[in-house]
Amino acid sequence: MSGVPGPDLFLVIAAAVLVTGGAYLVLERSLTRVAVGLILIGNGVNILFLITGGPRGGTPIVGLTDEADMADPLPQAMVLTAIVITMALTAFLVAMAHRSWQLYRHDEVQDDLEDRRIARLAAIETASGRSEATWITLDEEAAAVRDETADITEEHWLAEEDVR
Amino acid sequence: MNWLVPLPVVIPLAAAGLAVAVNQRSRAQRYITVTALFGILAASLAMLVNVSEQPLVVQVGDWPAPIGISLVADRLSALMLVISSAVTLCVLLFALSQALALGDPDSPVAIFHPTYLVLTAGVAISFLAGDLFNLYVGFEVLLAASYVLITLGGTRARIRAGTIYVVMAIASSIVFLIAVALTYSATGTVNMAQLASRIDGIDPGIKMTLEMLLLVAFAVKAAIFPLSAWLPDSYPTAPAPVTAVFAGLLTKVGIYGMLRTQSLLFGEGPADTVLMWAALATMLVGILGAVAQSDLKRLLSFTLVSHIGLMVFGIALASETGLAGAIFYVVHHITVQTSLFLVAGLIERREGTTSLNRLGGLARSAPLLAVLFLVPAFNLSGIPPLSGFLGKLGLLQAGVEAATPLSYVLVAGSIVTSLLTLYVFVKAWNKAFWQPPVEPTPPTRLPPGMLGTASALVLLGVALTFLAGPLYDYADAAARELQARTPYIEAILGVEP
Repeated sequence: MSGVPGPDLFLVIAAAVLVTGGAYLVLERSLTRVAVGLILIGNGVNILFLITGGPRGGTPIVGLTDEADMADPLPQAMVLTAIVITMALTAFLVAMAHRSWQLYRHDEVQDDLEDRRIARLAAIETASGRSEATWITLDEEAAAVRDETADITEEHWLAEEDVR
Repeated sequence: MNWLVPLPVVIPLAAAGLAVAVNQRSRAQRYITVTALFGILAASLAMLVNVSEQPLVVQVGDWPAPIGISLVADRLSALMLVISSAVTLCVLLFALSQALALGDPDSPVAIFHPTYLVLTAGVAISFLAGDLFNLYVGFEVLLAASYVLITLGGTRARIRAGTIYVVMAIASSIVFLIAVALTYSATGTVNMAQLASRIDGIDPGIKMTLEMLLLVAFAVKAAIFPLSAWLPDSYPTAPAPVTAVFAGLLTKVGIYGMLRTQSLLFGEGPADTVLMWAALATMLVGILGAVAQSDLKRLLSFTLVSHIGLMVFGIALASETGLAGAIFYVVHHITVQTSLFLVAGLIERREGTTSLNRLGGLARSAPLLAVLFLVPAFNLSGIPPLSGFLGKLGLLQAGVEAATPLSYVLVAGSIVTSLLTLYVFVKAWNKAFWQPPVEPTPPTRLPPGMLGTASALVLLGVALTFLAGPLYDYADAAARELQARTPYIEAILGVEP
C-alpha cells in the first residue's frame, strides 16, 4: 500500500490528458461539447487534487489504519466538494443547452449582436475609403457566414420581459 | 461578539430555504427576503463597530484553526459586508416595487427570491472566508446563484448572454480550483494564516505561479482587461435589478479576492508590475469601449470595466495609501455603479428602451430622473466634491507617492479615464436628456417604490461624500491592518494578543 514515493506518474498523465482534451472541447461552438469539455477538465482537476495528497495510503479513519499509513484526508474532502460543485454546474449547463435547443433548434454559442453591429460599422467605414477590392471586408464576411442572430429583431433584443 | 460572524451567511441561507418552502405565496416570500436582508445589514453593522479591537473569528464546528473552516471578519470584510448588504437591500426593494408595479405580483418567477438570498450568502462567505478553499466555495455559491439570475425566465436574449457568462465563469473557477490544488501541494495547507507564514518558504518560481493563477482567476471575475470581454456582452441583458446587483457586487468580490491574497500572501513582487499594466489597459480600453456604445446599459457596463482598473491600480501599488485608496474606491464604486444601473432600469421602464438613439427630451419630461442620472454620473466621473473625486484623489496621491515612472503613467491614465468618463456621460446626457425626443412617448408615472429606492441609493452615494472623512480613516485603518498581516493571522490561529 504505502511506500510509493511521490505522485503516481499515471495519475499525472491522466490529469494532463483530461485537461487537454477538455480544453479542446471548450473551444467548440456547441454548448453540449463545451459542457463535456468542462466535465473532462473538472475531472482532470479532481485527479490533480488526489495527486496533491502525496503518496497513497490507507483509509484515513482512526482505528482502521495505522496513523503512519493513512492517506491525507484533506484533499479527499476538498475533492468531494469540488465533484459536487462540478456536477451541479454541469447540470445547469446541460439544462441551458436544452433550453437553447428548444428556442433555436441548436445550442451554439452565438456572437454578440452589438459586436456584430460595431464590426459592420467599421467595415462600412473602411469600405468607403478603399480603392481596390482585393480583400474581403468584415461586412462581406459577416454576410457570408451563417448569422445565428439574424432572426432576433432589435425590438425583441431590447424588450423588457416581465419576468418577476 | 464572535457570534455575529456567521450570521450574514446563515440568515440568507436559512431564509432561502424558507422562501423555497413558501414559493406558492409570494407575499410571504417577500416578507422573508426583506426581513433576512435587514437582518444581514444589522449584523454587518454590528460587526463593523466591533472589529476595531481585533478581527472576529469563528471556527466552524469548533474544529481548531488549521484543520477546520475559519470565518474571519476584519475591518475590510466588515466594511465590504456593510456596503454589500445595504446595496442588496436597496436593489431588492427596487425589484419588489417593479414586480408590484407590473400589476401582477402573484406570478413572479418563484425562484427569484431564494436565488437572490443564496447570492447574498455566497458574497458573505467570500468576504468572511479564512481559507482559500472556502473562498472558492463562496465564489461557487454566488456564481451558481448568478447563473440562475442572469438566465431568469430563459428568454432568447438571456440564454444567449447567459451562455457566455456561465462558460466564462466556470472556466475561471477551474483556474481557481487548480490554484487551490497546487497551493495545497506546495505548502500543505489552504488556511490563509498558515499559508501566509509558509508561502515565503517555497520556491519563488512556484510562488509566482500560484500568484499568477490566483490573479487570473480573480481577474476574470473582476473583469480586468484582457479578461473582461464577457462582461459587456452578458450583463445588459439581465433584468435591471439583477444587472445592478451584479455590476455593484460580483466584480468587487474578485477585487476583494485580489486585495486579500495580494496583501496577506504574496506582498510586493514582480506581479505588481503586471497588475499595473493590466490596470492601465483596463481603464483605457474600458472607457474607449464606452465611448463607442449607443446603448445606455452597455455604456454603463463598459464604464464598470474601466473603473475596475482604478481599484487594481491601488492594489498594484501595494502601499498603505494605495490599498486605502482602493478600499475607499470599492465602497464608492459599488454604490454609484449600482445606482446608475437602477436609473437605467427606470429609464427603460419609462421609455421602453435604453438605446441612446431613441431616447430624448427626458430632462423636460422626467426632471427627477434627470437629477437621479446626473448626480451618480458626475460622482463616477470624479467631479469635486463628490466621493468619486475623493477616491480618485486618494489613488492619485498614492500613485505620486510611489514615484516610479510606471506609477506616473498610471496617474496620467487615471486622469484621462476620468475625463473620458465625463465625456461619455455628457454624450449620454445630451442624447437621452437634451436632444428633442425622437417620437413623443406617452407620459407614464414611474412607481414611487422604484423611484424611492433608486433615490435612496443615489443619496447613499452622496452621503459617502459627507462621510468621506471617517470612511477614509476607516479605509486607512483597514489598509494598515492588511499590511500588518499579524492581526489577521493571529486571529485565525487563535493566538491571544
